[in-house]
Amino acid sequence: MLYYTLKRLGVAVLVAITVSILSFSMIYLSGDPAVALAGEGASNEDIENVRRVYGFDRPIIVQYGGWLVQALQGNLGHSNYLKAPVASVIFERLPTTMLLGACSLAFALLLAIPLGVVAAIRPNSLIDRVALSVAVVGQAMPSFWFALTLILWFGITWRLLPITGTDSWKNFIMPSMALGYYLTPAVMRLTRAGMLEVLSSDYIRTARAKGLRPLTVMFKHALRNAIIPVVSLAAVQFGFMLGGSIVIETIFAINGLGYLAWESIQRADLPMMQAIVLVLSIFYILLTFLADMLNAFLDPRIRVA
Amino acid sequence: MATKSDSKRVLEVSRLNVEIPVPTGMLRPVQNVSLHVDRGETLCVVGESGCGKSLTSLAIMDLLPSKAKRTCDHMLLSGDSVFQIGERAMSDIRGDRMSMIFQEPMTSLNPAYTIGNQLAEALQRHRKVSSDEARQRAIYLLEKVGITAAAGRLGQYPHQLSGGLRQRVMIAMALMCGPDLIIADEPTTALDVTIQAQILHLLADLQREFQMGMILITHDLGVVARIADRVAVMYAGQIVETGTAQQIFNTPEHPYTRGLLECIPIPGKTRRGERLGAIPGIVPSLVGHMQGCHFASRCPQVSNACRSATVELLPTKQPGHISRCLLTQSAGAETPQREGAAS
Repeated sequence: MLYYTLKRLGVAVLVAITVSILSFSMIYLSGDPAVALAGEGASNEDIENVRRVYGFDRPIIVQYGGWLVQALQGNLGHSNYLKAPVASVIFERLPTTMLLGACSLAFALLLAIPLGVVAAIRPNSLIDRVALSVAVVGQAMPSFWFALTLILWFGITWRLLPITGTDSWKNFIMPSMALGYYLTPAVMRLTRAGMLEVLSSDYIRTARAKGLRPLTVMFKHALRNAIIPVVSLAAVQFGFMLGGSIVIETIFAINGLGYLAWESIQRADLPMMQAIVLVLSIFYILLTFLADMLNAFLDPRIRVA
Repeated sequence: MATKSDSKRVLEVSRLNVEIPVPTGMLRPVQNVSLHVDRGETLCVVGESGCGKSLTSLAIMDLLPSKAKRTCDHMLLSGDSVFQIGERAMSDIRGDRMSMIFQEPMTSLNPAYTIGNQLAEALQRHRKVSSDEARQRAIYLLEKVGITAAAGRLGQYPHQLSGGLRQRVMIAMALMCGPDLIIADEPTTALDVTIQAQILHLLADLQREFQMGMILITHDLGVVARIADRVAVMYAGQIVETGTAQQIFNTPEHPYTRGLLECIPIPGKTRRGERLGAIPGIVPSLVGHMQGCHFASRCPQVSNACRSATVELLPTKQPGHISRCLLTQSAGAETPQREGAAS
């Protein structure tokens, strides 16, 4: 288990370094950063000045090293537009996005896993087909369109739920559904396929031969094994949701990281975008690592290898 | 674990049929199978692959695939009917009064739980015992099945054990509640040859020690010769001959049984260089109804009557020995005994 943990941790660190290089180089993506910073109509002299002040004249590797040291200390740069440290803005917005992600994930799992289990118990039954339709529709429907439909029905036609903001828990219902529904089909199909495979396995027959109750067979012996790939998928998808919330947060005007990213793109606030990419990527890496650990916890064959 | 009936009969099955719908019609892999096992007795069911012996055992446990339908006249476990008593009542009996050991030890244990967990669970399902008592019982039985340092094994996972060890765990698991009947479906097929003998000796010893009835399903006649009290030979879904082990081995009546026996070398009897027997042809399809004797197409002594007559199990000269063949040397009974009553 220790060896496995260290191996996974090593991979995570390597990926994080790669990501940091990529997000650092974002500064050069839109051309010469000194030109961009100096603003329109700046003289060559001004541009050279900016280049010197911000250190863009140093070798790239030195710039990266300096940036990395700063980033590790929590200094992710300064937003030219908001006139505030990037890190503090991001960490102010992060909890909202995390909450939205968690609600969406919970919605997706609570809907998809029971549907998948029921579909597997009665394959090709009516309920299986209904679940399949849910999955197909979910896969085919763009989340922004689904979000707008929700707003139209629940927000405007029936006036049940608030449309924008983050004032109460009610504000999170529609965004969570819109964001979580995207994940539902994959989780459901994976649960169904896993359950179907496990239910026909020899050890399920053994469990029945022991006289165990159907519910014990289903949950203790079958679901436990079928759920292992679902856990990895869910953990990784949680990271995806943090990033994917850009559209949803914008639609529902939720003051989270996604909304901030969208605003920063519009303002060409490069340090902010760079930092958001970095933070989300690090989260993604952490979640992947967490998924590996969860897998090891659930599957003794990985744990005690 | 006292049985309620003082009769010696542990299991009695009369005219068991299994039907499975397939695209081309109705598959009948088990046809009119009647058998019985007494306490402390080992019944070996032999036959080649696909003859219906495994499905017979699954039908007795009510563990058939959901598509398969079973019918029978009666099925009694120590005098109580266990046929169509409902899944709930049946699950009370499974693992308690009768239990089963499967062919595939590598995949028959749940990879996600320790063997201690899986052993204790079998007892705690049927008895009100503390987890410590269940643990003690598990250790006792693991030692009984020849596993050393049993207490330490409880925390291990199936993938940490070899096939032979896993099959020993499966045997211990089947014994957790002290069953009246144990059904072992080719328990050694997936194991190394050296382990096979150990496991069989173990099963035979345990069966004697706990005075259980045992049905051992196998296609290995060498195994049968060593541990069977009685033998039922199955061919194409039917029992074609049944009797004591001595009757079957010394005076086989059915041509199929004789063919099977010629296939195995007997030390001291089979001369060097002598050809071993083989049964030509293939097993007939069991879809739909079949006319005449099932073995007719492969039988060296076939006559026209065999292809049209419905052949019932007929008594031979020896009591308890019956054979499904028109050539059976009958004891002189004019009216053939009915199948249901015969066994």
